[in-house]
Amino acid sequence: MTFEGVEASPLLSVRGLTKLFGSFAACDTIDLDIGHGEIHALLGENGAGKSTLVKMLFGVLQPSSGTVSLEGKPVVIPSPGEARRLGIGMVFQHFSLFEALTVAENIALSLDPRTPLAKIAEETASVSRAYGLPLDPSAHVADLSVGERQRIEIVRALLQNPKLIILDEPTSVLTPQEAERLFETLMRLKAEGRSVLYISHRLEEVQRICDRATVLRHGKVTGACDPRQETPASLARMMVGTEVAEVKRDSANALGDVLLQVNKVSVASRTPFAVALKDISLKVRAGEVLAIAGIAGNGQSELFDAISGEYPISDNDGIVLRGKPVGRLRINGRRLLGAGFVPEERHGHAAVSALSLSDNLLLARSRSDKKAFLAGGPLAIVKRDAILSAARRICSMMDVRKSGDDPTAGSLSGGNLQKFIVGRELDRQPSVLVVNQPTWGVDAGAASRIRQALVDLAKAGSAVIVISQDLDEIFEIAATIAVISDGRLSEPYPAGELTLEQIGLLMGGIHDSHSGEKSSGEDRAGMEAAHAH
Amino acid sequence: MFEAILLTVITASTPLVIAALGELVTERSGVLNLGVEGMMIMGAVAAFATAQLTGSAYLGILGGIVGGGIFSLLFGFLTLTLVANQVATGLALTILGLGLSGQIGEAFVGMPGVRLQPIVIPLLSDIPFFGRVLFSQDLIFYMSVALVFGISWFLFKSRAGLKMRAIGDSHGSAHALGINVVRTRYLAVLFGGACAGLAGAQLSLVYTPQWVENMTAGRGWIALALVVFASWRPLRVLAGGYLFGAVGIGQLHAQLLAQSGGIAIPSQLLSALPYVATIVVLIIISHNRRTTLINTPASLGKPFVPDR
Repeated sequence: MTFEGVEASPLLSVRGLTKLFGSFAACDTIDLDIGHGEIHALLGENGAGKSTLVKMLFGVLQPSSGTVSLEGKPVVIPSPGEARRLGIGMVFQHFSLFEALTVAENIALSLDPRTPLAKIAEETASVSRAYGLPLDPSAHVADLSVGERQRIEIVRALLQNPKLIILDEPTSVLTPQEAERLFETLMRLKAEGRSVLYISHRLEEVQRICDRATVLRHGKVTGACDPRQETPASLARMMVGTEVAEVKRDSANALGDVLLQVNKVSVASRTPFAVALKDISLKVRAGEVLAIAGIAGNGQSELFDAISGEYPISDNDGIVLRGKPVGRLRINGRRLLGAGFVPEERHGHAAVSALSLSDNLLLARSRSDKKAFLAGGPLAIVKRDAILSAARRICSMMDVRKSGDDPTAGSLSGGNLQKFIVGRELDRQPSVLVVNQPTWGVDAGAASRIRQALVDLAKAGSAVIVISQDLDEIFEIAATIAVISDGRLSEPYPAGELTLEQIGLLMGGIHDSHSGEKSSGEDRAGMEAAHAH
Repeated sequence: MFEAILLTVITASTPLVIAALGELVTERSGVLNLGVEGMMIMGAVAAFATAQLTGSAYLGILGGIVGGGIFSLLFGFLTLTLVANQVATGLALTILGLGLSGQIGEAFVGMPGVRLQPIVIPLLSDIPFFGRVLFSQDLIFYMSVALVFGISWFLFKSRAGLKMRAIGDSHGSAHALGINVVRTRYLAVLFGGACAGLAGAQLSLVYTPQWVENMTAGRGWIALALVVFASWRPLRVLAGGYLFGAVGIGQLHAQLLAQSGGIAIPSQLLSALPYVATIVVLIIISHNRRTTLINTPASLGKPFVPDR
């Protein structure tokens, strides 16, 4: 494949790189060129081979065949240490940080062992200041926010003075303002002549900051382009191979009764690293999609635990489900009242990876669908056929792609398992559905499918709460938006009245942005008007 | 009288401190070796046998260290190379050690042992009271003090110690950084075994210089508790070890006192005191959960298989 506008001697040049796992080619004869001082995007759905490719470039995996050249010289990268020595730095999506160690200790681990720790702390402070990424070298990582953790990774990579920095989905955990700051840092790196390989799902930001893009699908390069010449739709088409369906929703769902209400709930943090919930109130009506935006680690999981009943709260009247106080009721009790819950982590929380899909279905619904799935009263004999056919029904409803009739949950790709897990709850037609991060790490096709299903459920008269970090998703499906920050929930705002900027400020914990002269009374009046529609 | 009691407390506490320090290093690397009792008794029998055969208590110490170390390599091979379950392997190691040492030691039962002689440090030993208590001790006591400060420095000041703590916190991330997880863990396990062996040598060369089957009498388990009790910090191991030693000696004296006074306190109740003390202190310590979490090696006991 030839590119336009590529200089004669690129910084990094990859030819025919292939990685086989058994007979499966995770990367299939990939060609890639990254020029000096270029921000290069790597696009692709989950499972397209992006991670495998960058792992090979960073020495974590060894290619089965193909060559990598750095500044014209062929190189072998047997280990991350060697990659660093060659001038390749990497910022992982799931941070490879040690929570029990301090910032400086974390950074020291990847530097020359002869440098004394005090000097590393000093350099960390100065580099982080120079690039606008403030960090306290003596802080323990466990006490830092996700954004700050990412800064450690970036500063760590920068201290090694790399020629190429690989960033894996860097903005997925940041507020818009933090992302903005990251872009400024990237521009500064580019100005210094360093190159960046930028992996992202977010087409808008790729178009904004990247000079060129390489698109992967099924382990093959399917396109190479200048993202600025493309539209998000055309980029998505290259990634998915077909048109990505846009979520269709009617602007005004008829809103009915309040189905779920949370009244001034406060919950102390269960572990030192958890967030305490402070005085949270919300309500969702039939037909409404309420989105709760916020950066990860601001109390989303704790709020989900309280609403779902995974950890019941002490005040029974704190949560009211379809008119009944349920604060002290556990998750199955709440399910029996018609609620459905989809937690955040697919593996180990929403599903048991080693069990089959049908077993996972039974686990979640053995109480709420006792009659359908269990026979013999107290003997509770499992009705295999009924469960298998329900699992099949869910798979066809949500277009879950799998190998075999009833494979293990762990064998499905992230997006397909997520479709199954959401489908498992939708299949019951719950009157209240609470979903935490419904499309986290899911490819564009599956995400749009899941979003459409949530919108359809609300349209059919259910109340839906979506807890999400993805602002595009929130604006796509939500009628009402509230923002959670440090365990506090903002007032709900109608989606149409909120700008990205306002959400960003709310995410940063600035709640009084609305309480100026234009008092919040006006907003509330707007809310009422929106609800009255 | 007080001085005599203090000296017995030191003798009783030293093996606890040494064994716990070894286990602390092992656990800081993320490996849970429940075989301390087994490695300790192997060290005790190896030390006694070596001292008998060579007539030298110092070669006995070496024998104890080597015996405990070799025995720990068995654990290392099973859990690190074959990735067997650490809890089960550790328990098996203890049971095997107790049995095997009884077998080896059978020939030595009833023999008078070689006692390790104290090393009197000139000048320092002339200090009133402290001189006799702290500077007229045997080599193993001096080693225990050196180990406390040496390990403290190693873990919190040296780069190798930092790497070891990193492995204990998250072996996956450490591997991704290019740190050799398995090799470091082998060394940590070996060090833990050597320390347990040294602690065992103290028992059969200093504490009661003879061979008695089962002579560790649960000290390996106390050392294990001590590591948690000290929240994986060497200086706290020193403090905790002496607290345990003092409680153990204290209960002996209390029993004697009760007997002479004609008060009937069940001896079992008094023997349980060290364990009651453990529980009480654990409750107090666990109150500050943040400190506990920062010190607890997060990957403790988890098997590691590199994904390559």
